[in-house]
Amino acid sequence: MSDANERISKIVNENEVVLFMKGTPLFPQCGFSSRAVAILEHCGTNFESVDVLQDAEVRQGIKAFSDWPTIPQLYVKGEFVGGSDIMMEMYEAGELQQLLADKVGS
Amino acid sequence: MAMPAAEIEALIKAALPDASVEIRDLAGDGDHYQAVVTSSAFAGKSRVQQHKLVYEALGNRMGGALHALQLTTAVPN
Repeated sequence: MSDANERISKIVNENEVVLFMKGTPLFPQCGFSSRAVAILEHCGTNFESVDVLQDAEVRQGIKAFSDWPTIPQLYVKGEFVGGSDIMMEMYEAGELQQLLADKVGS
Repeated sequence: MAMPAAEIEALIKAALPDASVEIRDLAGDGDHYQAVVTSSAFAGKSRVQQHKLVYEALGNRMGGALHALQLTTAVPN
């Protein structure tokens, strides 16, 4: 458990924009993950992705890490931003683009 | 492991009594829902905090008995 926490914390701190998802950006395995990837691609952001289906420890651990029950989960500069619904709302309001521009400069 | 819409609505209203809840069964399979929840409890809270209130209302069902819930939260006008 604490191992998973340490690993996740390392991942979110070492990558400016990281999406924990089911599958990969090229082959998402869930509609919500697919939507999250599409939103980030529309923002033109480079992002790292972690396929939780390949890593049972991270798949369970990420839910406790953010106190958030579902996947995908987006982190920007180590901060939890939200799941795909929140990403969509923020994107439609222009807030996600703003956040990425402010924090990552892209 | 489906869950009826009425049960989702009841759980949300039990935790957020003033909430108005609109639920749509997206796939007709009792497993993929869209919900719009409007409650004064969301006032002054971030989107993440608002969604967490709804997830808390649903107990540990999110990601379990309830596979997919597309969620939108709002504060009443």
